[in-house]
Amino acid sequence: MLDYLAGRFGQLLLVLFGVSVVVFVTMHLLPGDVATLLLGDRATAASLARLRHQLGLDQPVIVQYWRFLAGALSGDFGTSLRDNRPAFGEVLAAFPVTLELTLSALLLAVTIGVPLGVVAALKEGTWIDTAITTPTLFGVSMPVFWLGLMALLLFSEKLGWLPVGGMMPIGIHMARPTGLSIVDAALSGRAALVWQAVLHLILPAATLATIPLALITRITRGEMLASMHLEYVRTARAKGLPEGRVIRAHILRNALIPVLTVIGLQLGLLLSGAVLTETIFSLPGLGRLMVDAILARDYPVVQAGAVFVATVFVLVNLGVDLCYAVLDPRIRRQ
Amino acid sequence: MSESALVGGPARLGGALARPAARIGLGIVLLFLFLCAAAPLIAPHDPYEQELMSALQPPSSTHLLGTDQYGRDVASRVLYGARYALLAIMVGDGLALALGTAMGLVGGYLGGAADAVIMRVTDVLLAFPYLLLALIIVAALGASLLHSMIAIGIVYTPQYARLVRGQVLSVRQSDFVRAARALGASSGRIVLRHVAPNSLSPVVVMATLQAGSVVVETAGLSFLGLGAQPPSPDWGALLADGQNYFLTAWWIATFPGLAIFIAVLGFNLLGDALRREFDPRAR
Repeated sequence: MLDYLAGRFGQLLLVLFGVSVVVFVTMHLLPGDVATLLLGDRATAASLARLRHQLGLDQPVIVQYWRFLAGALSGDFGTSLRDNRPAFGEVLAAFPVTLELTLSALLLAVTIGVPLGVVAALKEGTWIDTAITTPTLFGVSMPVFWLGLMALLLFSEKLGWLPVGGMMPIGIHMARPTGLSIVDAALSGRAALVWQAVLHLILPAATLATIPLALITRITRGEMLASMHLEYVRTARAKGLPEGRVIRAHILRNALIPVLTVIGLQLGLLLSGAVLTETIFSLPGLGRLMVDAILARDYPVVQAGAVFVATVFVLVNLGVDLCYAVLDPRIRRQ
Repeated sequence: MSESALVGGPARLGGALARPAARIGLGIVLLFLFLCAAAPLIAPHDPYEQELMSALQPPSSTHLLGTDQYGRDVASRVLYGARYALLAIMVGDGLALALGTAMGLVGGYLGGAADAVIMRVTDVLLAFPYLLLALIIVAALGASLLHSMIAIGIVYTPQYARLVRGQVLSVRQSDFVRAARALGASSGRIVLRHVAPNSLSPVVVMATLQAGSVVVETAGLSFLGLGAQPPSPDWGALLADGQNYFLTAWWIATFPGLAIFIAVLGFNLLGDALRREFDPRAR
């Protein structure tokens, strides 16, 4: 296990080094440089040269990369070109919103998707199976940004059940020590605020959960069906074990190992979907911050956000791999 | 998708189409292609023509899917939008297929350092959530339809590279490749004449499945303002237009979104059926 851990950790460092190179190189492909962006097209050559020198843009590329890497390691990506605040600070401030959204969506997708997949497999070939699997086909083809708009139209505008967007009703202020709206509302000690935070999260989380929910249902069903016909299951039945125990201890337990990997892989899908979901529901998360930064050509924030998200993504994938290795000893031996 | 278990050839297409879902998928894809080709003939109005006097009209016999804030005919814009989706598939999916196949062939056949470098590059690209990678590529190149398609193409490249590499690794050991090598054929000839054609079917399956994703992703970038720019009738841009009016004029955003959904569903149904047929483990 130690060898496996060391190997995975080595791979992780290599990938993160690659991520830093990709982000640095991409930002250096920019038409024009940061100095022109900051001073505008009408700046004199002398003032441009002075600023380039101040920012270190006249240094060799390798020196610039080294400074970028050293800064990145200490969380210093420079200041935002829009409001002069530390770029990494903006990313960290926006992250809790995205974290709350993606975790809520993942929770919905897993708690609904896994049982649905299990039921569909146990009722294979019946109308219940069809009733579960047909909508999952539609679910994976759904553009989340359209689904979000339609959900707003139906549940907020026509039915008036849920708020139109944002994280809290306009005019309500509360301290945000964690940045997670439900946790902050709970810390404020006002039950009404917790309820409002939940109401505001339902539509975005449900929208974002659609595709992962459909995928998790399909994978769970497929893995259950594959496990149901294996020899050890037949043996368990032959031993006279009750059917409930066969399903729980023999089929489900083994079917869930690949499902766990798929759940881990959903994070990339969720982080991507969060960019669009945050835009539709006016949530001030990391996705929205990145898009606004790109449209405003605020590159320090784009760089900080890209490195941060990729690092989180890589670490979560490592965590999933480790869980997988713990659950399935064959992985460790590969 | 399993990389090595994909076997078979075009002859199995008929088997894949035996399923009703596959036939529905094929029907949708053919309809999509027909609408792309016939858009100028069947569009009831010029998709760019503004009639401010009839702005924000709900669906009627004159404007089947209503009009937008500039009085442009939504039905005509959605029809022409199909052409943008097809362009996205051709450029985005095509670029990923070409780059990824080349990387997979070279890495898989040569092995050694070339393979290690190519695989590490794919590792790094896969370390980004896919839309995030597309976002930073568009940030570097500038927001435009072509750049968004290139970005999506780069994002999907690693998946083709890994798939083709897996195929090449298994085909490389087969007798006919050994025979060609024994006859003195050059590496280039072996790769192009023997290895590549025998790795083709899984690539076609992946290209079909990815086509749907490419349509959604490029529409997503346009929706965010980072892809097609006004007044292009790209489906994502139409949705972004409609977002500002969706509480009062629901039809502007509803129909382009429905078009994306149906097109993607078509490619997914067809791709799924092809995968089931060519990958025994997916059945």
